[in-house]
Amino acid sequence: MRPLTEAETRTVFEKLSRYIGENIQLLVDRPDGTYCFRLHRDRVYYLSEKLLKVAASVPRDNLVALGTCFGKFTKTQKFRLSITALDFLAPYAKYKVWVKPGSEQSFLYGNHVLKSGLGRITENTAQYQGVVVYSMADVPLGFGVAAKSTQECRKVDPMAIVVFHQADVGEYVRNEDTLT
Amino acid sequence: MAAVRVEEVLAAAEEQEAEKRRSVVVEKELELEFDLGNLLALDRNPPPAAALRGAGPRREALLRALARDNTQLLVAQLWELPAERAGGAGGPLVARLPEPTFRLPREKPAPRPRPPTRWEQFARLKGIRRRKKTSLVWDEQAKEWRRRWGYKRAGGDPARAWLAEVPENADPEEDQFARLRREKRERVARNEFNRLRNLARAHRAGTAVPAAPLHPTGHQSREELSHVSRVARVSTASLGRFQPRLPKESAEPPSRSGGKKRRFEPLLGNLAAERSRQLEMLRDINSKKPVLDITRAVNKQMRQEEAEAAAAKGKKKQSQRGKRGRRQ
Repeated sequence: MRPLTEAETRTVFEKLSRYIGENIQLLVDRPDGTYCFRLHRDRVYYLSEKLLKVAASVPRDNLVALGTCFGKFTKTQKFRLSITALDFLAPYAKYKVWVKPGSEQSFLYGNHVLKSGLGRITENTAQYQGVVVYSMADVPLGFGVAAKSTQECRKVDPMAIVVFHQADVGEYVRNEDTLT
Repeated sequence: MAAVRVEEVLAAAEEQEAEKRRSVVVEKELELEFDLGNLLALDRNPPPAAALRGAGPRREALLRALARDNTQLLVAQLWELPAERAGGAGGPLVARLPEPTFRLPREKPAPRPRPPTRWEQFARLKGIRRRKKTSLVWDEQAKEWRRRWGYKRAGGDPARAWLAEVPENADPEEDQFARLRREKRERVARNEFNRLRNLARAHRAGTAVPAAPLHPTGHQSREELSHVSRVARVSTASLGRFQPRLPKESAEPPSRSGGKKRRFEPLLGNLAAERSRQLEMLRDINSKKPVLDITRAVNKQMRQEEAEAAAAKGKKKQSQRGKRGRRQ
């Protein structure tokens, strides 16, 4: 377990800012305690200082996970956000997409969101913008990348993909073994 | 009773003071010779020979007393030097030492002369002596003084020679330019070979051969020079920590493992500092993002146009409906 280096922190922040913009400040600088990011076996964890002090006394080989896993670094040092970060992305998301009840299940099975399943989308969403996907009852289902900007979404045909799937809460069941 | 005690105390105090004063003053038959530049004091007084004979605690005590006395005299001399306060009023008292006068003997043995090279032997045999050459040569073509070799030499750059005469006894099919290039390569290789052979000969003869990296030949590659500069930077008493450096050089001296071992921040280091660093980085990232987003502006424009078009269409429909109604 070690703190992130400058370059790694930059990568993580840039990735997070694609979804939550400047609200990362609220994650870094919290009024209710000191929270920090730590790297353990290529996975980035977000945890409080209190927890960090306790976790520091666990041997490296025996430590499985700590705090909340935000994602992992791949072999070529690219950062991949995982579904376990949704709890921290959803409240601060800048661009949101609401999915109709009929295609909720499709999204939860790992498919992309089609125009026919699109309920609402935040105005001014740019193309390839990171978005958080909600159900019509405002329950966060996952996150993805907008395949079309809001403008284009209006004009495109119903079978076109509007949101690329990146992670959904169904992964908790599907990838139960590999999630930390 | 009390009075006697006080007298005793006073007498003891006087004894102590006399003792102190006695220890500062040293009596010697012959004056010592001082070389303050080297912090050297030479004592030519003959020591009491009888006491020095034979090892033992008495000899030790005598030597120690001798050393203490001489050191006392040296320190007294140092205090006589003109002193000033370094670094302003509160700094330490610093004395400037005079130039050293005592010639210290060599630390290492004198180097042996290196054996003469093959050319030197030949030249000595034939009686050839070095003729001093001028550094500049008159170039008839350019009508100015040019250097003998190197950049902008007299006679033009040989690499850009556009004419190569075919000598009489040469094969007419042969490529002259290739021949010139090949011969130059051979000459360079032969020179290099001979230089290395001379170095090897000097090394075998046991003379001090200057270490190749520190012996500049003008042919050193960039890697060699950077290696040498790295070594030179770290070869100081503080291992390169306070060396003046170039504007873009890093502050930490080069690591011994050549940058292979990574160093990380401590796990539970200063969390407040970490947080402030991260906030700085966030500010930096946010400042890099463009304020005017082209796509957003374009989208906004398109939206406006669409709204206008929809409004116009709506009006047209209404007017048409009205017309139809009236007709009917």
